Amino acid sequence: MLARDDESPPKRTPLHALHLSLGARMVPFAGYEMPVQYATGVLREHQHTRASAGLFDVSHMGQIALRARSGAGADAAKTAASALERLVPQDMVAVAPGRQRYAQFTNESGGILDDLMVANFGDHLFLVVNAACKDADEAHLRRHLSDTCQIEPLADRALLALQGPRAEQVLAKFCAEAPGMRFMDAGPHKVAGLDCFVSRSGYTGEDGFEISVPAEHAEQLAERLLADGEVLPIGLGARDSLRLEAGLCLYGHDIDTSTTPVEAKLEWSIQKSRRNGGARAGGFFGAEKILAQLQEGAPRRRVGLKPDGRAPVREGAALFADSTASEPIGKVTSGGFGPSLNAPVAMGYLPKSLSAAGTQVFAEVRGQRLPLKVAATPFVPNTYKR
Amino acid sequence: MTTLFTSDHEWLRIEGDVATIGITDYAQSQLGDVVFVELPKVGRSLKKAEAAAVVESVKAASDVYAPISGDVLEVNDAIVAEPALVNSDAAGKAWFFKVKIANTSELGGLMDEAAYRAHTA
Repeated sequence: MLARDDESPPKRTPLHALHLSLGARMVPFAGYEMPVQYATGVLREHQHTRASAGLFDVSHMGQIALRARSGAGADAAKTAASALERLVPQDMVAVAPGRQRYAQFTNESGGILDDLMVANFGDHLFLVVNAACKDADEAHLRRHLSDTCQIEPLADRALLALQGPRAEQVLAKFCAEAPGMRFMDAGPHKVAGLDCFVSRSGYTGEDGFEISVPAEHAEQLAERLLADGEVLPIGLGARDSLRLEAGLCLYGHDIDTSTTPVEAKLEWSIQKSRRNGGARAGGFFGAEKILAQLQEGAPRRRVGLKPDGRAPVREGAALFADSTASEPIGKVTSGGFGPSLNAPVAMGYLPKSLSAAGTQVFAEVRGQRLPLKVAATPFVPNTYKR
Repeated sequence: MTTLFTSDHEWLRIEGDVATIGITDYAQSQLGDVVFVELPKVGRSLKKAEAAAVVESVKAASDVYAPISGDVLEVNDAIVAEPALVNSDAAGKAWFFKVKIANTSELGGLMDEAAYRAHTA
């Protein structure tokens, strides 16, 4: 039999051995073997994160340093930020040193190529992008920004997220600066004596931190954080239910190249300076469409959805205006059970006319039409330290 | 009383012409935390291998297939009210439904406990 080499084996993060020793169930995700849950189980992992502190391995995500080819210090960071504004509708120049901002790479038709975090590290920018998109993102950056910037993927770094109301007190034992940080602060800090990049942000709706650590020290740092009685390891299963309750988009599901930032209800992330009449209006891919939608509205909108009953309504379920309509008007892009709400929750797209909170629609699940109501997001209030 | 098993990880307790059906402890451990259960209507005439019930974890929905044909005599509303029972007592209190066995020959294709253990080993 011939060996097949067209399917490369899944990659492993620096914490792979630790996951196995903690009883994780490993699943393929975005080309990596990742823990979907530990022995604790998704439900309790979710609840523990909301009540105390959870540690997530998100080392599969891409970390990229973006540096200007000329200049030094703040000027260099500003050059890189100006260049990056060609690829995102956000104001990158205004991101102060030590701060981070949420952004999207857009394409010519206004669709979203990926969503990302961009931090100003004083003399360069630090980007965190989705695992499934990181190679394409890197190529996109090289293609469009190589004239002025160096693009350096930081493949030798792991990424940990410590999330939940006790995250601050836990991290304070290893990083004196942690308690002084506020939501979306980001910068290089020592954590347990290691050269880390720390941001006060996350993907759970809870207060918390993301910690980029050199790969060779990642296991050691994870073990020290897990040794704290407040901290449990949390898998991708709970990461998904936590971000869904927080109303946060998952790339490839709630947003993709077919959805614009305005359709996805992400216009809060597009600053005035990049909109019509702003100091640096437009100048990014898809600007014509996105700027028009910011003024006139989008024909469809991402909405939160709460099923009336107990049955979860999952990704892909078609949405209908009433219980007998034959033509779907939208679809569910994320859905499941919200452990903190003890109820099913979902997100999806609906025509603008049906996107107001309280509007009743129906989802088709196993041949039945289940009633849902459009609901405000986040479903669970966030607890960021602003 | 005999207990039989399917390769889809269901158990059947046979008492006379009635089979009580549930999912195995192995099945619940694979599913993870169960948050929703949908059971067939009493009186429904089930054909072997058709989707009869639904069990959902936080992450995913799974069908429970009728392991044999027969009319539904009774369903366990306790697991609808408290889906976590499926995790805590899959082989006992968390039975799903009872059917009147339509065709005893269908029992011939099922596994005994030793065979099922070998199947999940």
